[in-house]
Amino acid sequence: MNPISFLTQMIRIAIPYLFAASGGVVAERAGIVSLTLEGFMLSGAFAAVLGTNLSGSPWVGVLTGILGGLMFALIHALATIRYRADQIVVGVAINLMAIGITRFLLKLFFDSSSNSPRVAGFGGNINMAGFDNPLLWLGLIVPVAVAYMVYRTPFGLRIRAAGEHPDAAESVGVSVKRVRYVAVAISGMLAGLGGVYLALDQHQFTDQMTAGRGFIALSAVIFGRWDPIRAALACLLFAAAETLQIQLQGSHAIASQFIEMIPYVLTIVALAGVVGRAVPPAALGKAQD
Amino acid sequence: MSASVAGDAKPKFSGVPWRERAEEALFPPAVALLVALICGDLLILSYGQSPAAVYRLLLEGTWGNAYGFGQVLYKATTLAFTGLAVSFGLRAGLFNIGSESQLAAGGFAAALAGLALPVGTPLVLALPICMIAAGLAGGAVGSVPAYLKTRFGAHEVIVTIMLNFIVLALLNWFIAGHLHVPETLHTPEIHAGALPRLADMFERFHGSAANLALVVAVVVAGAVWFYLFRARGGYELRAVGLQPDAAEYGGIAVGRVWLRALTLSGVIAGIGGINYVLGYKHYYEDGFAGGAGFMGIAVALVGRNHPFGVLVAAFFFATLSQGGLAIHAFVPKQMMDVLQGVVIFAVAVSVPEVRRILRGARKRADA
Repeated sequence: MNPISFLTQMIRIAIPYLFAASGGVVAERAGIVSLTLEGFMLSGAFAAVLGTNLSGSPWVGVLTGILGGLMFALIHALATIRYRADQIVVGVAINLMAIGITRFLLKLFFDSSSNSPRVAGFGGNINMAGFDNPLLWLGLIVPVAVAYMVYRTPFGLRIRAAGEHPDAAESVGVSVKRVRYVAVAISGMLAGLGGVYLALDQHQFTDQMTAGRGFIALSAVIFGRWDPIRAALACLLFAAAETLQIQLQGSHAIASQFIEMIPYVLTIVALAGVVGRAVPPAALGKAQD
Repeated sequence: MSASVAGDAKPKFSGVPWRERAEEALFPPAVALLVALICGDLLILSYGQSPAAVYRLLLEGTWGNAYGFGQVLYKATTLAFTGLAVSFGLRAGLFNIGSESQLAAGGFAAALAGLALPVGTPLVLALPICMIAAGLAGGAVGSVPAYLKTRFGAHEVIVTIMLNFIVLALLNWFIAGHLHVPETLHTPEIHAGALPRLADMFERFHGSAANLALVVAVVVAGAVWFYLFRARGGYELRAVGLQPDAAEYGGIAVGRVWLRALTLSGVIAGIGGINYVLGYKHYYEDGFAGGAGFMGIAVALVGRNHPFGVLVAAFFFATLSQGGLAIHAFVPKQMMDVLQGVVIFAVAVSVPEVRRILRGARKRADA
């Protein structure tokens, strides 16, 4: 196995996770459950392909993709923050709606029930192994930026307060609701970017193309104990397992299904606290009056 | 956390008056239906069709003919099981998002049991054996989050989601690597346990997959109702769902109730596997659950966590799903995927909102 090709492939696989998990950290640290990353990614992916297809420019696609994720995030925020609806139920609904709406629009715009036509993307120089894609570099920077924001900025402090001690935050004049709105919006845009990367990398949208990546990102958030950098490392770990599976294909050393399970098993192990318990933000999932 | 009917209701005398409870239970689904209809109109119009014509087509294709109606009943059967499973957990304040994999595991176990039985085993023997196998498999999957919740406090939502992926991958490995008929992703046909279909009794239903499992679903709904509202265990379960701390103080072992609730929830979802395996295809096929477990969440929610409400909601969602096929020539059936999401969303939002509005209105009326 060539270590360089392993590393580059691992990073390419990790990018959508890095975007989505970074978004997940922001929302969950503010107290909003991120079951919705899957739906945000999917809508971002579709919106990116639609924007690129209509304009011919992948940069427009990046913009529309971010907006696609943002749109669903705002629906989620409105329901859970303004209307205090159950975050998990709404999360499930958001994911189902994202699948349904992208399917419907796929039919409406591209007259297909499986995939869009080919669209432009970034890079493509075979010698660069995907590293001539600006989104890839952005994906590598985002976790660091999110870590900086969460730990080193006043807004990051508010996010953490909203997720841990919302009442205390309110008592010193922080509007928990507003902080949560912004946090969910950020998570939608970041997860949307994950979908953008995925779709533009494959140069098309296919039905349900995120295929559970949003949940792997959520696993990374939990396995990384709601810390942006640790979550990013978890993304890389999960991507490494996937790369291993792809590169081992044909050798039948381990059935691929067992490698697929790794992120999920590790997450459950982390939650059960076998090696240091993963403790979520105290106010996660609770509506604020 | 849970969206149970009573929620934070403060009983006035012996309980919330019947009329108030009915209003709070029935308004949210009604609001959701209205919202879904409006969204449906918009989708149909965006496709350049007439909503009235499409809705008429939908009704004709589902309730308007015996075949369509049979298909609705078939789809409603699986949804009833997963809906009952989810609502059972919610009554205890627990969110079982794992019914998708519990359903699949149940179907798999039912197929294994049906394969293990000798040819010609009478149904009165084969059905209970297959059901027990299905229930055990579903219950085994359900007991994992139950144990992790009770023992370590691991959140059941995350565990059940993660477990879905693990169990489905495991089943895929069994089927793809070991048990499949060549060129397919399904097991051989079962030797015993095949259920009679509705079409065997009524010729008009010919071709539809509705079968005896429908009766099993109704019986299970009755059993769940009896357990929840007439048995001691169900009383404890509901008490824990409303106020775990108060229940603990009142002498109920909350951990044990959680364990029981999630495991039984898995059992119910697992038994649902018989509808496809024993009633329809007579083999287990990879991916047969096809989202029915997730739809169970919608069914439980719209059915307001009441066993009989769940049956009605299952019928409603089955109609949507079958209706999608009926209108596909005019509007893409994907429209129904959107509407299902919209219905869940609208119910989730309208439950707290309707309660707030009703309470406010009553307060004004009292004043």
